[in-house]
Amino acid sequence: MSDFAFCLAVSAALFTLGVVGVVVKRNAIVVFMCIELMLNGANLSFVTFARQHGQVDGQIFVFFVMAIAAAEVAIGLAIIVTVFRNRASINVDDVTMLRR
Amino acid sequence: METLLYLVFGLAALAGGVLVIANRNPVYSALSLVMTMFSISALYVLQQAYFVAAVQIVVYAGAIVVLFLFVIMLLNLGENDNLPAASGARRFLGAVLGVTFAGIVGAVVWNYASTAPPPPAATTDLDHTKHLARTLFQNHLLAFEVVSLVLLAALVGVIVLIRTRPSGLDATEADNV
Repeated sequence: MSDFAFCLAVSAALFTLGVVGVVVKRNAIVVFMCIELMLNGANLSFVTFARQHGQVDGQIFVFFVMAIAAAEVAIGLAIIVTVFRNRASINVDDVTMLRR
Repeated sequence: METLLYLVFGLAALAGGVLVIANRNPVYSALSLVMTMFSISALYVLQQAYFVAAVQIVVYAGAIVVLFLFVIMLLNLGENDNLPAASGARRFLGAVLGVTFAGIVGAVVWNYASTAPPPPAATTDLDHTKHLARTLFQNHLLAFEVVSLVLLAALVGVIVLIRTRPSGLDATEADNV
């Protein structure tokens, strides 16, 4: 397997781990970490393809993804802190008010 | 030699990802996430994305994971926060999703990688970062400015979300304060 294919496989596996973690975990903070895993898998694909095509545009997309990820983590953790203040729990199964 | 480094850091990234999910204690999950971030950064270096690798360490390992740890410790969630283990149905769903997803993405990767041409030879990229900056500020300037607006909006949003209202006032009064 070439280095190229290996990197793509690692990125696919990281993304899959993130998907599984989001489904399986109940701690909202760990769910957020799994979303970071998915974003990192996508970033690794971007860099790998940028190397493969000999262009830097893929690396620039990675910057944008990182900026959005930083914004998303800040807002997400703020939401988690607010939920924790109101419910004293960060179990995602406890936050079901919108379902009713 | 290079292939060996790819193998080591790729497997380290995957091990970190598995540990994020497998650990019960969120602090250990965050530290495993650091391991994944550093390994991915090493993979970036191997692929000559030096600046991206540096930003990966500064932003992810330096800022985002620290923010995670900060919130975990702020909320005082340690091992005393024992969430019950995931139910069997949820585990089953996770396993099915994982296998399906890995199958689909793996098939696509395999299909592409077997027909892809070999990457171009390594360039001497001493001014790699300069080239990156030139592309960013010439071809993607609008997106760059929009991202700065998004970050500003996130900053304002976080402050609004986290703000505690002065006690003794109801919501509408507090908004006028």
